[in-house]
Amino acid sequence: MSPALELLKRETGLAWGRGGGPLVSVGFYAGVATLLPLATGPEPARLAAIAPGAAWTGLALAALLGLDRLFERDYEDGALELLALSRLPLEFTCALKCLGQWLATGAPLALAAPVAAIALGASPALAPLILACALVGGIAFAFTGGIGASLSLGARRGGLLTAVIVLPLFVPPVIFGGGALDAFAGHLPWRAAFALLGAYAAAAIALGPLAMAAACRNALS
Amino acid sequence: MSLGLEIGDLALSRGGRALFEGLNLSLQAGQACALTGRNGAGKTSLLRAVAGLIAPDRGTIGFGAVEPARARAEDLHFLGHLDGLKTSRTAREELEFWARWMGGDADQARAAAAAFDLTALLDLEVRRLSAGQRRRLALARMIAAPRPIWLLDEPLSPLDASWRARLGGIMAEHLKTGGLILAAVHDPLPIPALGLEVGG
Repeated sequence: MSPALELLKRETGLAWGRGGGPLVSVGFYAGVATLLPLATGPEPARLAAIAPGAAWTGLALAALLGLDRLFERDYEDGALELLALSRLPLEFTCALKCLGQWLATGAPLALAAPVAAIALGASPALAPLILACALVGGIAFAFTGGIGASLSLGARRGGLLTAVIVLPLFVPPVIFGGGALDAFAGHLPWRAAFALLGAYAAAAIALGPLAMAAACRNALS
Repeated sequence: MSLGLEIGDLALSRGGRALFEGLNLSLQAGQACALTGRNGAGKTSLLRAVAGLIAPDRGTIGFGAVEPARARAEDLHFLGHLDGLKTSRTAREELEFWARWMGGDADQARAAAAAFDLTALLDLEVRRLSAGQRRRLALARMIAAPRPIWLLDEPLSPLDASWRARLGGIMAEHLKTGGLILAAVHDPLPIPALGLEVGG
């Protein structure tokens, strides 16, 4: 098996175990989705109106879990140096780490998202679009999140710093995804917003690894 | 294709503090060099500069006829003071991953584990291993994926006397097959080696 596939396997496995892995992420997500009706009141009409947006915001917050350890562990135990000394470009290595993070936590969260939205009262007709938004948005969250995780390498309380760096980068996908869901629920054209979400994810895949590799090299030097 | 290591007029500084300057070294295949010097003299920084992890202020680092970027990606093992092992994974997972990452395979990983007497420990999580056993696992990585240049930062420190001697045998074997070793040490290397005092 090629080194790249080996790395993806390792990263997915590590992300699966990191901070409790997908179970904790999905549990956290379920917790956020449960808190919401307690705060806004249980009237079905009001809940149904905010359900897609709430499910989507909760997803962005759950994507933050485990992100701070994405590069930190490898940095602390010396593995990042060895990953950098390879014929695979460090940019590609960083991209594989984010992909592993997405496979282990983003994809399970995406499966949970329609369930949470419907539980909050969203129309079941929305479920396929919520799943699609969560899958594509999850990629954007993983690749922009990796930027924050790599930039906070070596900082004390790096986890908090990661969240502060990353949350502004989560704003566009939250707006685009939320916009698509809103438009679909209101029988308006939703494809443009969904396409923007996809474009943001594609840009994150293209540009994120460049920033991550530069931040890793800086942390190692 | 002849591989060597030539360091010319190298100057390094860390955090605005000059460590050393005018450092020269030439190593051919089959040679080992022990870097000595007080704590903080820059031995580790020199190894990291050779590995390309930090940029020198001045001077050159060459690898004979091989392009530096290629030599660093394909011909060089770096064993820093950290072992680079994940405590939550088994010794086998870690050794096989690093072997494949560096161009070896599972059979070579098994042979390397045997060379370092780790076969019985392979199914344990790395967290269950002692410091010396972890060091041996990190060293086994270098046998599992053969590469000519070994950069070693304090390779002996957690090892007991008998393992230091056995590592000497493994190093001598590596030199005999055309390898070269640059090691930062406080205790003498268990093999004949050139000496270089850093930051004198």
